[in-house]
Order: sequence, then C-alpha cells, then structure tokens
Amino acid sequence: MASNSSGGGSSDRQRIAQQRLSRIAGHLQRPADDNSAILAAECKAQGSKSGVSGGGKTVPRRRQEIMKWNGWGYNDSKFFFNKNGQAEFTGRRYRLSGLIIPGLKDWFEVTFGASVLHKTLAPPILNSSAVQPPTLNEAFVEELKSTGIPSSHDAEDRVFRAHGHCLHEIFALREGKFGRIPDMVVWPNCHSDVVKIVELACKHNVCLIPYGGGTSVSSALECPPEEARSIISLDTSQMNRILWIDEKNFTAHVEAGIVGQDLERTLNESGYCTGHEPDSMEFSSLGGWVATRASGMKKNIYGNIEDLVVHIKMVTPRGVIEKSCQGPRMSTGPDVHHFIMGSEGTLGVVTEVTMKIRPMPEYQKYGSVVFPNFEQGVACLREVAKQRCAPASIRLMDNEQFRFGHALKPQVSSIFTSFLDGLKTFYITKFKGFDPNHLCVATLLFEGDREKVLQHEKQVYDIAAKFGGLAAGEDNGQRGYMLTFVIAYLRDMGMDYYVIGESFETSVPWDRVLDVCRNVKARIIRECKEKGVQFPPLSTCRVTQTYDAGACVYFYFAFNYRGLSDPVHVYEQVEHTAREEILANGGSLSHHHGVGKLRKEWMRESVSNVGLGMIKSVKDYVDPNNIFGNRNLL
Amino acid sequence: MASEAVYTHRDPMLKKRDDFEDILEERRNSSDLRYALRCYTPVLYKGLTPSKASELKSMVLQSDQLHYVINQVSIETGMAADEVQAEAAAILEEMAHRLQISTVRFFAFTLSKVFKTLFRSICVNEEGIQRLQQAIHEHPVVLLPSHRSYMDFLLMSYILYTYDLALPVIAAGMDFMSMKFVGEMLRMSGAFFIRRSFGGDKLYWAVFSEYVKTILKNGFAPVEFFLEGTRSRTCKSLTPKLGLLNIVMDPYLKGEVFDVSVVPVSISYERILEEALYAREMLGVPKPKESTSGLFKARKVLSEDYGSIHVYFGQPVSVRSLAQNRVNRSQFNLTPRHIPRKPGEDIHSFVNDSAYRLVRAQEENMVLKPWVLLATLLLQNHHQSQAAGQKQGMAVDELTEQAVWLRDVSRQYGAFLHWPDHTSPSEVVSSSLSLHRGLVRISEGRVRLALEQGGPAGGRDPRSAASPEEELLNQAVIILSCASYRNQALHVFIRPALLASAIHSASSNNKQEVYNSFSFLRNMFSNEFILCPGATVQDFEEACYLLVKTGALQINQQEFVVTERGHRTLAFLTSVLDPFLQGYQVVCRFLCEEATEGLTEKQFVPAVRKFIIKHLLTGRLRYAEVLSSDLQKNTLAALLRLGAVRKLKGGEEQGTLKVNKVMVNSLEDTLGGKLPTQKAVVARL
Repeated sequence: MASNSSGGGSSDRQRIAQQRLSRIAGHLQRPADDNSAILAAECKAQGSKSGVSGGGKTVPRRRQEIMKWNGWGYNDSKFFFNKNGQAEFTGRRYRLSGLIIPGLKDWFEVTFGASVLHKTLAPPILNSSAVQPPTLNEAFVEELKSTGIPSSHDAEDRVFRAHGHCLHEIFALREGKFGRIPDMVVWPNCHSDVVKIVELACKHNVCLIPYGGGTSVSSALECPPEEARSIISLDTSQMNRILWIDEKNFTAHVEAGIVGQDLERTLNESGYCTGHEPDSMEFSSLGGWVATRASGMKKNIYGNIEDLVVHIKMVTPRGVIEKSCQGPRMSTGPDVHHFIMGSEGTLGVVTEVTMKIRPMPEYQKYGSVVFPNFEQGVACLREVAKQRCAPASIRLMDNEQFRFGHALKPQVSSIFTSFLDGLKTFYITKFKGFDPNHLCVATLLFEGDREKVLQHEKQVYDIAAKFGGLAAGEDNGQRGYMLTFVIAYLRDMGMDYYVIGESFETSVPWDRVLDVCRNVKARIIRECKEKGVQFPPLSTCRVTQTYDAGACVYFYFAFNYRGLSDPVHVYEQVEHTAREEILANGGSLSHHHGVGKLRKEWMRESVSNVGLGMIKSVKDYVDPNNIFGNRNLL
Repeated sequence: MASEAVYTHRDPMLKKRDDFEDILEERRNSSDLRYALRCYTPVLYKGLTPSKASELKSMVLQSDQLHYVINQVSIETGMAADEVQAEAAAILEEMAHRLQISTVRFFAFTLSKVFKTLFRSICVNEEGIQRLQQAIHEHPVVLLPSHRSYMDFLLMSYILYTYDLALPVIAAGMDFMSMKFVGEMLRMSGAFFIRRSFGGDKLYWAVFSEYVKTILKNGFAPVEFFLEGTRSRTCKSLTPKLGLLNIVMDPYLKGEVFDVSVVPVSISYERILEEALYAREMLGVPKPKESTSGLFKARKVLSEDYGSIHVYFGQPVSVRSLAQNRVNRSQFNLTPRHIPRKPGEDIHSFVNDSAYRLVRAQEENMVLKPWVLLATLLLQNHHQSQAAGQKQGMAVDELTEQAVWLRDVSRQYGAFLHWPDHTSPSEVVSSSLSLHRGLVRISEGRVRLALEQGGPAGGRDPRSAASPEEELLNQAVIILSCASYRNQALHVFIRPALLASAIHSASSNNKQEVYNSFSFLRNMFSNEFILCPGATVQDFEEACYLLVKTGALQINQQEFVVTERGHRTLAFLTSVLDPFLQGYQVVCRFLCEEATEGLTEKQFVPAVRKFIIKHLLTGRLRYAEVLSSDLQKNTLAALLRLGAVRKLKGGEEQGTLKVNKVMVNSLEDTLGGKLPTQKAVVARL
C-alpha cells in the first residue's frame, strides 16, 4: 500500500536555487528589529523549522503525516472541552495553542442551544475498505511509470484529494462516506513533469483534476460521479520552489504548488514578501489562487492575485500558454491571463508564476474601533474607501461576531488585565452609551514605515470618530485576525457537538452593503425555521474588504442540527436560498471563493448567455476532449 | 406559504375564523377618563431606531431619492435647486402627520363616549390582534382596512390604542383638511394628507412616496391606507387602487427591508352611518363638501341605534412570500435604486394581483348580519311582485323561511354570517327589521320596502304633489340603501351567480359552452366585482364545486344538470346578478341609441341617468338600482377596457367618448342572451 515514491529528494536545480536564496538572505539580513515583533506570521502556524530558505516545506507528499483526513488543518491542533468543561486549543503552532478559553463553552451552549454532554464523534481512522478500488488506465499507468514521476493509488492518498472543505464534504468524511474519488495521485516535480503528464493524459484519455492546497469551498475538487474515465489527481504540492528573485524588477518566479506560508516565509528570508495573505494561506497554493482569482486580506496595499501576477505559465491539452515578456501592462487584446485566472482547473495546470514582490514592511500595527452600530461602521468603511486611505486590512464585524470574538478571549493571567477589561467595557457601554446588543467592531492592520503607519492610523481613527467610533486597542484587533485562522478548527469542534456551519462570501456595491447583510442574515434565520431546525441559528456577517465601488461581505452560518434527519441537506437548502438572496440583493456570485460546482447553476444569470458562451468556447478550443474534467464553472 | 393564507380557492366552507370580543363592554363598566390616560407602551418594530417626527421629515428631505428628483425638476424648470427644495419642504409640511399622544388620548376619551351612544358593540378578533402585535415586532406593517365609512380610520386607531398596539399613520384624502379644526386633530392623531390627484407632479409624487417609504422602512409606525382608494358607497368592495400598494411594496422589492407584512382588516357595520347620504350621492344629489359643521349636524341626525361593528384583523401576509417566484428582484441591480423608474410589466401585474387577493381577503372576513340576507330577499321579492303586478311585500313567515334557507346556502358558500344560533329565526328576523325600520314597513303581517314616502332621513320637502320623477328618485333612495346591504353578501354569491347566469344564457348545458358564457360574463363584470385577474378557470371551478357540493348541480360527462332542489338556488343566484345584467344592457342601449357625437365623460352620467329614468317611468326597466352612478361608471369602465368605447385624450376633445356602436350593440345582445353563439364576441374580447 505504500506510495510508489520515486525520484524523491531535491533536484540539482532546487539545490542551486536554495544556495542562491540563502546567499541573498545573507546580504539582506537586517538588524533585529523589535518593533516588527508582531508579525502576521505569528497568527499562523510556525512551520516545522524554518530558517533555511527554500527548506522546511510544509506539505509532504503524504499529507496525512501532518494533516487531518476528516477535518481542518494540522493533526496536532484542535479545540476540545477539557475535564473541567473548559475549551482548550491543543498543539504549539498558534497563539491560542495550549491556552484555555473560558468564555467559549458558555457562548457555544447559549448560541446554539448545544450541550457539551451531547457528543457525536467522528471515527478517528480512515476505513480504507469503504473506499472504492481504483479504475486504472493501465496504458497510462505504464507510460507514467517510465517517466519516473511519483504516483500512488493508495486509498488514503486518494481520499485526501477527493474533497475540499465544504461542509457536506467534511460531514461525509466524518460519516465514512467517500463517493467517487480519484483513482490515482501523481506528484509532478516541475513544469516539464506536468507537460509529460498532460501529454499522456491526452494520449490515453484520462481525466485530470489539478490539486493544490485542497482548501476549496466550492465543491471544485469533487470528482464528477458520472466520470467514467480514470481520474488522476495532479497534486502540485511538490512543485514548491522559488525559482528566482529579481530585485531589479521586484518580481519572483515561483512554482505554482508552493503554499502561502512557505512563499511568504521564504521571501521574508530575503527581506521580501508578496503581501498576498488569504485566510487559508497556511495551506492554499499559488496555483490555486490563480485558478480561483483569490484575494488576500492585505489587498489594500498589495492587491489581489490579478494585480500581483506578472506572468503565468499553464500547461493545457493544446500546449503551454504564456506571454513572451514581463512588461508591467500590455494592450494586446483581451488579457489571456484572465482566461487562466478563475478557470478553476478546467483548462490546464498552472505551473509557474512570476509575482510581484515588495520589501517587507518595517512596521506593523493592529488596531480596532468600536462603533455604536453596524450602520455607522459601514458608513465609516465607505468613507475610508472614499478617501482611499484604507489600512492594509480593515474589517468590520457585526454584533454577533463581535461577541463570538469575545468568547475566544484566552484566560487572562493577571487581575490587572481583567480589571482593565472591565473598565473598558464600562466606559463603552455605560459612559458612551453603546448598546452591547448593537455595537460592532472594526479590526485594523497597518503596515509600512513606522512614521507613516502612525500618521495613517491617526487619519483612520479620525474618520472613525466622525461615525461615532472609539479606538478599542490593538489586542481586540489582533484577536480578530487570529479568529480567521482558527475558525475552521472551531467548526470541527462544533461538529463533535451536533453543530454544523460554514462561511460564504460575496461582493456588493456600497449602497447595497447594509441591505445584503440584513436580508441574508434574516433569510438564513427564516429558512432554518421553515426547514425545521430546532434551535435558532448563528447568522452573522462581516465586511472584510473595501473597494472604491463596494465591499466584500462574509457570512457565517451555523446551527445545532439535533432533531434533523438529514442535516446536511437542510444546510445546503439554506445556503442555497441565502445565495439566492445575495443575488437578488445585488451581490455577486462570489468575491474570491470561486464557483466550482457548488454555484455553477447561477453562472448563466451572473455572466449572461453570451458570457457563458465565451467561456465555453475557450474551453472547447483549449480542451476539446475535456481532459481537465472536474466540471467546474460551466 | 402566506400566499395561500391570503386566499384559498378550495372549499370556502372549511374556513376557520377567530372569535370576537366586544371592546365597548369594558368601556361601559369602567372610567373612560382613566382609560384615556392609562399607560400606553406599545410593542415596536425590533429594528426601530426611535426618532421624532421632525427627524422623519429631515430624513425624507435628505434622501437620495428626493435629491435626485429635486435636481431633475430644477433642471427641467430652470428653478434654483433651493427653491425646489423649499417647495418639497412645503409639500411635506402640508402632508406630514404630527402624531401626538395627547390628541390620541383626547380621541380615546371622546370616541368612547360617541361609540357607546351610537353602537351596541364593537367586536374585535383578539387573536388577530395578537398576530398583528407579533407582525409589528418583526417587520414593517401595512394595515389595509376596508373602507365603508368616515368612521373607519378613527375606529382603527381607537382599537389599536385600546389593545396597546403601535398607532398607525394613515393616508387620508386632502378633503379632510378643509375641515379646519378636525383636519388638524386628525393630523395629530396620525393622519397624513395627500392630494386626490397629482398625476404629473413629479416632485409631489417623490415627496409623497419617500415619506411613506421612510416611515415604513424604519418601522416608525404601521402605515395604514385604503386599498379601495375611497369609501365604497355601495358596500361592495371597490376594485383596488395600486398607487400606495406599489409604494409600500417597493422597499421589499428593492431589498431595503427583509419583508413587509400586509394585514387586511375587514370592518363591517350593521348599519352604516352614511347609508342615505350614499344613496343620494349616487342618484346625483352632490355630496356635501366635508365641513366641520356638517359633521356635527350629521352626528345629531344620526344619533340612533347603529347596531354593532365587527372588525376582523386578517392573517398578516408576507410580501416576500407573495413575490416569491413572481418578481425577479435582481432587476434593480443595474441602476441606482434612488432613480425613479416606472415599474415594469411584471411588477405591475404582481402588485395588481396582490391587490385583488388582498381585497378578497378583506371580503372573506366581512361579518354579515341577518339583515343582509333579508335585504337581498326583500329586494328580489320587490322586483318580482312589481313585475307580476302583485301586492307588494311578503309575509313575515315566508320571509323567515326564505331567510333560513338562504342562511344555510350562504354558510355553505363560506359566508362569515353572524346569525344568533340560540335565538329563534323569527326573533332574529324581527329584531333585524326593527333595527332597519327606516327601510321597511310591517303591516298586516307583511313586510315591504318603505317606498311610499321620502327618504329615511325624513325627506326634504313634504310637498304634497311630487313629480313622478321625484317620487321615483325617492323610492330609489330606499332601494339603493337596501341594495347596499345586499351588496355586502355579493362576494359570497358572485361566482356561483355568474355560473348560474351562464347556465341560464348558454346555448347548451355543455361544460365548455357554459364556461365560455361564464368567462364572458366574468370579463364583462370585472370592474363591478372583485374577480382576480387571470383567475377565470379557478373561479369557474370554485363555482362548479360549490354548486355541485351543495347538490344544486350535477356534472354528467361534461353536461350540466340542474337538480330538483337546485332550481331554487339557481333562480336565486340569477336574480342576484340580474339587476347588473339589466343595468349594463341599459347603459349599452343608451350608448347605441342616444349617445351624441360629442358626449364627454363628464356628461355621461347625467345623460345616462335621464335615459334610465325615462325607461323606469315607462316600465321598460324594473330595477331602480340601475340609477346608481356607480354601476353606470363601472359599465363605462368595462366598455373602455374592452375597447367598445374610446376616450379621446388631449386637445379640445379631451374626455370625449367615441362609441363603437357595432361592438356595444353586440355586447348588449350577448348580455341579454340574444346571441346564440358567443364565441365570436368572446374571441374579440
């Protein structure tokens, strides 16, 4: 059952790249700077032994060695209720790791009507016998073997690559249901490996599904059950090197399988960063970002993926597509990059990307602002957008989410801090007259050189003050960002106690922000009631990005499913109506999660008949035999 | 979900309704003053941010919608934007309510006194009140009471105050404002005033619609208006007006609120205060301009027993559920929502359908008193004996027997009949007759309509020698008054009556033939009765269902067979519709025979009235109720809708009617059942 690993170890090219990187790092080593102590990296997992540039890659071929097979993230990190009934987070990777979170149990029980006594545990071990045996295309397998590219048809390897992190996918895994899964996994090591694989796939008519970090939440990785051909999962995780850094042009050329944390850490060693930090950056890959049009939390400074990309190389059944130069902007007809970005693995495999890099910021500072209500908060964000002075990140949580964030406060060590907390609460609710049931909080992250950050901070706080906002400290801000990295772990714990949930996002013009937030939240609540959910759901939202013309809105939705016979179906129905509500209220089908298979029924109405026809005609030209047969998008 | 709650076609017999409580009872047993001064803390909308009336005005004036229109008007007229803004502010000032709790308390006190003298009881379904309270908490609420009397909106506010519910703001016609003191009092009790017509006035419309939407969106107060647009003088529900309904649905359609709850309210009066006034008005005695002194005079004249009032708060209807799968809300995604746009065809038809369903929901919960049945029977009897040259009136026993029969029939048809079950039928009949003694005479054990002398209000001039025309008009006052009671039951009988008349006039008993005939009649009368647009098949099926279920009709292989006992029912039903059939025919005949070239819309009613009087006096027409200007106008509206008459627009001939005599003539013949095949006509319609 062992995977047929061959050709392991680093190639010569890689070794050279590593040497070069470490040399660069040596040149650029800056004196230790205490002011930059709070790095974004602290919120995330500290990779296993960083330091050597290019070394210490996070993702092994056998993902199961470090990651859960039926939940989010690392094996060693999870929430649980300890013997005293208090919530604890295990492991050593995160700021919360090893801490007790006293408020979580009450919040959890009160919000969901759940009880820590009612548990439903998932089976700890993957039962390989429940996995369908692979349908192999012998000729393909034979020829592939001759190329020396590692592959496997081990059940665990295959199951790992058959899903993203949609609720129904994880729920099915916990139930031990696997459905159609890839028949084989291949691990190309470089661009030319991919070229070989795609050629063979075309020759033998097998179906290829590219796999990056596996963090999809659009059913994009699900194997179409009707697919009769052998399905090969093309795992790019081993194509994870930074091939070169060009300091003259502020670009880096990177293999597309690299995951976000490795990319940033490695670039940081050279004094650079891309600044692209999606919430999934611990696990999601560069190729995945390109294929889904990803967005990072610091896009206000660095831009979204489409702004960051200078050059893309993609292998398609028709051959390799790439531009001939690296000019910063071109007028050469429709930008072919835009056929690639958002193609969701339907056209080919992105193998290498040239990305913009920036010098690492000298100084980072978190912040937060409390508003008397959500309306004022949104008005403030709009004003910030109008003045184009948005910090690296600015997010506005609604009241429910604010309280959620509060419940995640770790145990305070000193009486003094808790006294201060009490004082703050008193000041805001009693002295300033904020209603604790309406107030909401914006979290901020500033980046740049120290002086400018402080100046910028003042400007933003001044605007906030005009909308009744009160500065509420760095700690609240930082906790807000931490939440995004642990929320997926929390979902796993929820599922242990009959609570299921998920988040989904949209983008919406400014004049619609409040309407979308109100109506979608209310629709979720009404729909849950009508579908027979016995407990009031958690239905909350936040504004996570601002643009000139609008904002990105995230919804979190979870409920206690005790008493329901088919909770996932109910969940899906509610999410479906929530999406319809979004569309009816002028929101987009997706801001950055993509369409996948989960949302493709709305593609036509989203982009019009002609638009869909255009996309389809590209697919027909590039991949007439549907080798990239994941059936996303169209 | 709620779309079914508005109105269900299937089996009206199984309708469940709440019980009533008399709110006057407590008033008779405890202090009105204490009641008026008690602590008033209504449940409010959960999303409400409380604000003062002045803040409401500035919200309206600062809205994007109004700004847009102000700029537009300023560009079009060349007026400075400030001036237009000032004009908008003035319009708003003229319009806005100034709800004051002290005025409400004043009304609570005085109305308690007034109501106790005028009415025996005011009955309210308390479960409806509870549903309303819940609805007010959850969503912005629109109250849609039926409109039969000036009393309606004072009564509504009075009831809401009594039950500690949020007081509504009420759209009222500008004519009230001319009543100096009263106008201001009404304003302070929550009324806001709108001009009767402001067709082309963009600015007025913008201020008005923004004012209503602002109140609604922010949940400041329930918004109340009358779907029928005006008081129904005939006690028949009027076809709905869509203006305000469009406005209150707009915030939902544009996503500005999650939902809007619409609550139909049915107010039924046992005796209507304005009974004789209405009859006179329809006979052409112009309606007195509303004036304060007039109101007091009216109050003096009318200080007698007006029986009881029933107010039924219907099931709240979710606009969201109504619009589900009907309106594509994303149509508003591509233009800023504050730019006024004419509603598209889909929205227009959605609002129109909803309006009809809501009016039907009002009709369904109207309480009918036994007198309504008696008036129906007495009128039919009057016409039959008149035609047969018999002695006027009917024996009390016979009337009682027929009333009991009709009671059972109407109950089977789903009527909300309040017939005291523990009293003997003859007592029920005699007490009903005594309440309406102005309209009936009882002598020698016989009951007849009080036709021999002037109107019930004592007549005008007791001049001995009234001209035959005057005498006719005096009789018509009584007949129209009676008809207004009969009309209250029309919604119960209309579908079966259309079917009965269709069977009567169809060339064969074949189902398809009858359907064609039914469809023609239904189409013809859709300005007269509340018939939901596009629901011909449902209405036909409902009518068949009722007649079959009650054993009046059998359907054997697509053939209708009237049963032995069914003849009585069908005869009754055809008589219900007959005055309308005859009336429409007479109007058609007028248009064919007498209409002059330059006849304008304004001259139409007086001219047709003259024509009808002539026919009545010569005995060619039996039904004096055809003199009702309401019926005449409805006929004209139907003919205009069908294209048999055209109204010229613009120029000197503004309002001139062009009559297509061939078509009008053929419609008349079809109504009279003269044309054997109606398909041609139906097809042309």
